[in-house]
Amino acid sequence: MEPLVKHLGLVYPLNRANVDTDQIIPKQFLKRISRQGFGQYLFYNWRYDEKDRPREDFSLNQPKYQDASILVGGENFGCGSSREHAPWALEDFGFRVIIAPSFADIFYNNCTKNGILPVILKEAETEQLIKNAEADDYFLTVDLEEKKIYDNQGFNATFDLAEYSREMLLNGWDEIAVTLTYEDKIKAFEQTHIVY
Amino acid sequence: MTQPKTIIEKIWDKNVVHEEEGRPGLLYIDLHLVHEVTSPQAFEGLRLKGRTVRQPKLTFATMDHNVPTVHTNVIKDEISKIQMDTLRKNCEEFGVPLAGMGHEHQGIVHVIGPELGLTQPGKTIVCGDSHTSTHGAFGALAFGIGTSEVEHVLSTQTVWQQKPRTLNVKIDGKLGTGVTAKDLILALIAKYGVNFGTGYVIEYTGEAIRSLSMEGRMTICNMSIEAGARAGLVGPDETTVKFLEGRLHAPKGDTFEEAKKMWLSLQTDEGASYDHTVTLNATDVEPQVTWGTNPAQCIPINGTIPNPDQAKTENDKNEIKHSLKYMGLEADVKITDVPIEHVFIGSCTNSRLEDLIQAASIIKGRKVNPSVSAIVVPGSQTVKRKAEELGLDRQFIDAGFEWREPGCSMCLAMNGDAVPPNERCASTSNRNFEGRQGADARTHLVSPEMATAAAIAGHFVDVRTFN
Ligand code: SF4
Repeated sequence: MEPLVKHLGLVYPLNRANVDTDQIIPKQFLKRISRQGFGQYLFYNWRYDEKDRPREDFSLNQPKYQDASILVGGENFGCGSSREHAPWALEDFGFRVIIAPSFADIFYNNCTKNGILPVILKEAETEQLIKNAEADDYFLTVDLEEKKIYDNQGFNATFDLAEYSREMLLNGWDEIAVTLTYEDKIKAFEQTHIVY
Repeated sequence: MTQPKTIIEKIWDKNVVHEEEGRPGLLYIDLHLVHEVTSPQAFEGLRLKGRTVRQPKLTFATMDHNVPTVHTNVIKDEISKIQMDTLRKNCEEFGVPLAGMGHEHQGIVHVIGPELGLTQPGKTIVCGDSHTSTHGAFGALAFGIGTSEVEHVLSTQTVWQQKPRTLNVKIDGKLGTGVTAKDLILALIAKYGVNFGTGYVIEYTGEAIRSLSMEGRMTICNMSIEAGARAGLVGPDETTVKFLEGRLHAPKGDTFEEAKKMWLSLQTDEGASYDHTVTLNATDVEPQVTWGTNPAQCIPINGTIPNPDQAKTENDKNEIKHSLKYMGLEADVKITDVPIEHVFIGSCTNSRLEDLIQAASIIKGRKVNPSVSAIVVPGSQTVKRKAEELGLDRQFIDAGFEWREPGCSMCLAMNGDAVPPNERCASTSNRNFEGRQGADARTHLVSPEMATAAAIAGHFVDVRTFN
C-alpha cells in the first residue's frame, strides 16, 4: 500500500451519522473479483437515481468536491457490513483521510489496511470542519508523523492513532510480510495448541 | 489463587501467539470460514505473492451471498457465476474444503458452521463477514474481518488484534409467551443505541440468556454487530454441549469428553470484572418492530411511530425525519396500522430449524394475505431437509408462502431476490439499512413469528393476541 506521511487535500463534508458500508458501496457492486475500479460506485444510491443519472441534490456530485481527498463525516461512520469494498471505493475515488467523531471497528481497521487514515476528532471539531468545507476550496493538512491536522485559517487539532497502525501507514508496509517475521513463534505455538 | 477471568480473557490467553505492551496481539485463528464475496481478492493476493494457505484444515468455504434460491441449476447472473466459479477454483487450488452449490451442506456460512459442529466453545473464529459474531453463541471468540485480513489469515492463520475490552450485557427475567430472542436483541439495541458495543466484546449473561436454546443465543449474538460490537458470546453450558454432541465435525468418544471438560472450564470465573456492564429485564420486553433505517429505530408492537418534533436534539430530529421520509411513514401512526407487501423469513439471524418451526406454528391453517408476497428461505440444505421431513414446507406452501433454496437471499438482495422500490417488507433479517433489501426498499425487522403473523394479516400484528 501507498505510504501516507503528510497529506494536503481538499475537504468534502458529509453531514450524516451512521453512514453504513451498504451506503458507501451498495451490494450490487460486490460481485467483482478485483480490488480496483470501485470508486465510480462510491455512495452509488445517493449519487445516482434509478436511471443512473446523477442526483443534483447529493453534495458529492457538486463540481467543487470532485478532487476531494479528505472526507469529514458524522458519528459511527462505516457501520454495518465488513465489506472491504467500502475503503476500496473511497480510496479509488481519491480519499486518503476520513475524519469522524467515531468509527465502526471493522471499517476503521479496514481503512488502515488500505492506506486510508481514519482520524477521530471531537464532535465540535468535526462540526467546525463540516461548516468550513461548505465553502469552496477548503483544504486541510494532515500530518501523520506529528498526529496533527490544520488549515490556513487557524484550525488546529491533534489526534491519536495506535502506534502499530501508524507505522503501517507511514511505511506502507505489507502486513503479511511483517507477520511472517514471527514465523518461528507461530510454529512453536502450533506444536502445542489443540483444536478439536 | 489466580486472578478471576472472563471467558473473553481465557480465550485470548489461550490463543495469543505474541504480545507486547501497547500493541495489538497476534491471535491464532482456530476456524476460518470463507464465502464467495469477500474472498476472491484475498486468494488473488496470495497468488500474486506466491503464498499458500497455511492451514487448509482450519478453513472451510461455502457459497451463500450470491446463490439463487430458485432454479438453482442455472445461474443466470453471469457476474455472480464468475464469483462462485472463482471460489471453486480457489478452493481446489489451495486445498480448502468447500460446501458449494449442489453440496448437501451448502448454506449460509453462519448457519452451517454450528450445524456441522465446526463452531465450538473456546475457538477463535473469523470470516470476512460482520455477522461472524453469531458463532459466539457457543462461547467462541468470533468476529468479522475485512478481505485484507482474510488474506492474512489464509497465509498466516493469525490476525493482529487489540486485546478486547469486555462488556457484560446482563439480561435477567423471563421472556413472555410470543416474545423471542429476536425481540430481546432488538429491544436491547433500541434501549442503548447502535454503537454502545463499539470497541467491546460482549458477554451475554443472566437468567434469560441461560434459558435460551442455542438457536436463540445465535440470534442474539448475530446482532451484536448491530450494537457496534465485533463479537458477542455466551459462556458454554450443558445446552451448548448437548447441541454439539454427535455433529459431523465435533470431537467423538473420549475426545468429546476431554473437549467437554475444557469447554465448560471456559465459563467466566466468579468475581471476574468487566470494563462495562449494561442490563435489561426480559420480563418487560414485548414483540418488537423496527420503523426506521437502523436497528435502534425500533418500537414495541403496541407503540406508535415517533414524532420528530419530540426528539431531544436537533440531530435526532433530523435523523427521524430522514428515516420517516425514506420509510414512507407518518409520525404518530400505530405500527399495527402499517400495511406490508412482502415477508421474508430467512437470513443468518432467523433461518434455522427452530425459527421455521416457530414461524410455521402461527399459520394454523390460515392463508397469506392476498396483498402480500411471502418467501421462506431456509438457512442451509440441512435445515431445508429437516424442515421437509417435518412437513413444514407443505404448511408454508399451503398457506401461500414460497419455499426456496438456501442462501442469504433477500437479506441483502444480491442474488436477485429483492423488495421492489418503495415497497414494504417484514423481514426476519438483521439490517434495515437504506437499500439493503433492494433500492428504496423499506425493511421492518421482526421475529419469525411476527413475520408470519404479518404475512397473514397484511399488516403488523401482535403475535400474542393473533388468533
Ligand atoms: S444472511 Fe444476511 S447478514 Fe447473514 S451472512 Fe448472509 S447477507 Fe450477511
